[in-house]
Amino acid sequence: MYNFEIEKPATIDDAVAALTSDEAQALAGGQTLIPTLKARLAAPEKLISLAGISELRGISTDKSGRICIGAGMTHTAVASGAGAYPALAALAGQIGDVAVRNRGTIGGSVANNDPSACYPAAVLASGAVVVTNAREIGADDFFDGMFTTALEEGEIVTEVRFPVPQQAAYVKFKQPASRFALVGVFVARFADGVRVAVTGASEEGVFRWAEAEAALTASFSPDALAGLQASADGLIGDLHGSPEYRAHLIGVLTGRAVKLAG
Amino acid sequence: MTKVSLTLNGKPVSGKIEGRTLLAEFLREGQGLTGTHIGCDTSQCGACLVHVNGALVKSCAMFALEADGCEVTTIEGVAAADGTLSAIQDAFREHHGLQCGFCTPGMVMSTAELLKINPKPTEADIRDHLEGNICRCTGYHNIIKAIMAASGQDVSGIAAE
Repeated sequence: MYNFEIEKPATIDDAVAALTSDEAQALAGGQTLIPTLKARLAAPEKLISLAGISELRGISTDKSGRICIGAGMTHTAVASGAGAYPALAALAGQIGDVAVRNRGTIGGSVANNDPSACYPAAVLASGAVVVTNAREIGADDFFDGMFTTALEEGEIVTEVRFPVPQQAAYVKFKQPASRFALVGVFVARFADGVRVAVTGASEEGVFRWAEAEAALTASFSPDALAGLQASADGLIGDLHGSPEYRAHLIGVLTGRAVKLAG
Repeated sequence: MTKVSLTLNGKPVSGKIEGRTLLAEFLREGQGLTGTHIGCDTSQCGACLVHVNGALVKSCAMFALEADGCEVTTIEGVAAADGTLSAIQDAFREHHGLQCGFCTPGMVMSTAELLKINPKPTEADIRDHLEGNICRCTGYHNIIKAIMAASGQDVSGIAAE
């Protein structure tokens, strides 16, 4: 490992101040960032560990019934602590492996926006709000392409607020070596309509499948998807699956998610 | 260099480290506890698993500085002080749950966390829990059998392989 400094601030304000330096990078659970540093895919001179910031921890319900999850909560903590939103808790419990879940955090996952990560699908399908040290960003405006988000330099995710759907489920088709989603689909049914978010499939990262949303809003049943085919344009093609294969999986997994949510 | 102080296998230890020092390196090179193995160094294999404040973590994917003030348990802290094996270690020995032994420290640490959460796991529970532990020798059969036995379940009907 190349040499760098680590700082461990105790408050969000101190972390934001430390991140104003050009060469500083926030470190959450490190389950993506540390392997990334080892591979020299990133080489910041200074890491700002967020692990000592108690303000980033906690799970609560706000006045509008949203589940509010502190950005520093591990996947294990969300799996056991977000019981009021069972589909979200189930998703957290399927990320990576046990040890990854004990370190990786929701804030880190959302800020990284890996195109195959699970959380972005939950955030987008739920129409969640990503809260930072500076502002609130709606899910539809937050994810901005592979490994890219609306976050500015030095901006830290502090909390994610999830409206709780009437029915919801996440189904992923695991890439067995990495345990990331080859394709994952999160379906969430609210009083005013259904939202469907797809991860793992697109070169642009997580996206909503509008045709399926319209069909499922009209009739929330796997049969409503009959005849619908996700487009293979812009989907990922690699040794694990072609764009056409992923496009097919999107339809299959959406149907399974609807069934599971029912 | 920064000072790190933690409780390691029940004893207070401290050492000077660099920011980049991984917990696995601190344990192996700083403390001489080479039972924690670095297999892949890419977070895939689970040979470096230790417990930090009771939770299973990959010590190759955590900086030593982040363990400051924590309680860390490694494979060296699992057997009794007189060398008597823990029930999990004993079951791995009894049921031949290892061949070359490289992955075994991680397997034992992972099993300890599993049995804490789920004292009587099914075979499916065990296989699911061991997703992050790779063994290139055994084919897992005897590892599963050892874990079933360690959890006090009857394994007499499971064939030896």
